[in-house]
Amino acid sequence: MALFRSDRIYQRTLTAFALSLPLLILVILGVLLASALPAVKAFGPSFLWTSTWDPVAEVYGAAPMIFGTLASSLLALLIAVPLALSVAIFLTEFSPRWLRQPVAFLVELLAAIPSVVYGTWGIFVLIPFLRQHVVPVLKALFGWTPFLQGVFYGNSLLAGGIILAIMIVPYIAAVSREVLLAVPTAQREAALAMGATRWETVRSAVLPYGRAGLIGAIILGLGRALGETMAVTMVIGNRHDIGVSLLQPAYTMAAAIANEFSEATTNMYLSALFAVGLILFVLTVAVNAVARILIWRVARGAAVGSKAL
Amino acid sequence: MSGRALRRHLTSRLMTVLVIILSFTAVLALVLILGNLIAKGASSLDWAFFTKSPVPAGQSGGGVANAIAGTVVVVGLAALIGVPVGVGAGMYLAEYGAGRLGFLVRFVADVLNGTPSIVIGIAGWTFIVKPSGRFSALAGSVALAILMIPMLARTTEEMVRLVPHSLREAALALGLPRWRTSLKIVARTAMGGIVTGCLVGIARVAGETAPLLFTALGNLNFSLAVGQPMQTLSLQIYVYATGPFDEWHRLAWASALVLMGLVLVISLAARWVTRQRYGSVR
Repeated sequence: MALFRSDRIYQRTLTAFALSLPLLILVILGVLLASALPAVKAFGPSFLWTSTWDPVAEVYGAAPMIFGTLASSLLALLIAVPLALSVAIFLTEFSPRWLRQPVAFLVELLAAIPSVVYGTWGIFVLIPFLRQHVVPVLKALFGWTPFLQGVFYGNSLLAGGIILAIMIVPYIAAVSREVLLAVPTAQREAALAMGATRWETVRSAVLPYGRAGLIGAIILGLGRALGETMAVTMVIGNRHDIGVSLLQPAYTMAAAIANEFSEATTNMYLSALFAVGLILFVLTVAVNAVARILIWRVARGAAVGSKAL
Repeated sequence: MSGRALRRHLTSRLMTVLVIILSFTAVLALVLILGNLIAKGASSLDWAFFTKSPVPAGQSGGGVANAIAGTVVVVGLAALIGVPVGVGAGMYLAEYGAGRLGFLVRFVADVLNGTPSIVIGIAGWTFIVKPSGRFSALAGSVALAILMIPMLARTTEEMVRLVPHSLREAALALGLPRWRTSLKIVARTAMGGIVTGCLVGIARVAGETAPLLFTALGNLNFSLAVGQPMQTLSLQIYVYATGPFDEWHRLAWASALVLMGLVLVISLAARWVTRQRYGSVR
């Protein structure tokens, strides 16, 4: 094919760089599998649903972390999705032209704040604020539900979920915005011509058209939340326990690794943590793969949202 | 206006207002965080903070010079490793990425982009720290580079794809080999965008903590040896913010402000590069 031999060298060099990516993911997977093997052999699938985490007796079960990871991420989605979709709708449908750039820039900046800075802010600003102003109100209104039982010490599922929510808003907003921008103008004009109000246009013509992409954006945000480590570790309380109360401390898989990896003195302890890492890895890969397929269907392979990544 | 029409218009108004309020809540979160950072961190920024290393726990004073220098070294080294691989992979995707391998690489890059950084941290520990028998700044840099590569690959590809086909065709028609066309014409035209992508990638990994916990580890003393444990601002903030002393909390806020400033400066530089470039081309 190539006219020049130098062209073939060039192509091979670039191919080698490109191949490093599949190689990387295989190496990561291989490392996790090999290191997690002793724990997988010892505990089998029951590792997923047992709750004992006893380094002295060398018995490990990851259920509380899996529960905490899912619970904090879902709470984060509950808070972040309305905010992020509003930002996307505002920027594409309602905002005056001069306001678009500044608002988009400010929301993107949220993605630039390092995780550990979010954690610091969570410890010293968010948690005291929750304790003084939010939790008393929540308790007064919904104190009878199982979700708000117990004493609020600060580090809790609630604090973790809120921090995570703020952190994933820019990702969901950036991707959603690009999805909405890809909705043809004719779609809006048709609805308006039928006499729809502005909101009816958004709800019945714009959002349904971008639905797959919007769901993709939300799942992408979920993927971020599942694997987020530092900020969550700093505010969620790090307790091996399953409880539905938002006010109680919890644990996530990423937080457990961050916290206990350097304390893991025995091989089995270390292997159990690698098994947790393996579960987390497989979970996020699956979630991201689903999100990407949904977004690609809308955007045809463009690197949507790469600005925010 | 009939009752039904009125209701529809009121709903529209109400939802518009709701969307605006929720949007500004997101912006408010940013303003609050940045405001707190400045309010609680700025007063601790003095000469000693930037020039001294930490003093033993419980004493007051000292600075984070070791962490600032360490951040520059660890992130700089990560960029040295990550940028060539990431940009090279991106060039591949843009130039030869139409086939099955291109699809696979693109997909893997997107999936790797979402991989939790703590997982990359423990993979780096197993691969580098465990065999070599010691924590090192180099291991931290490799972990950060792994985070950077998929990001750079995707942004580079996107930027290179923006280059008009006519430019490439003109160069090939003049008899230039494909690699020269690719490097001298296409890549050079997209250079502004590629540099922006690199800076954004560097800004993002500069704030990372999780991949460094078990690789660079942290260091209380000033050290620039890449084969030894090294402190970074992010690791320092983690230790100080979760520690028991008020003096540490003060330093955590100040360090957080400095780290945020560093990340912001790199991000803004990234925007500035693109603007310059496109301003001069168009």
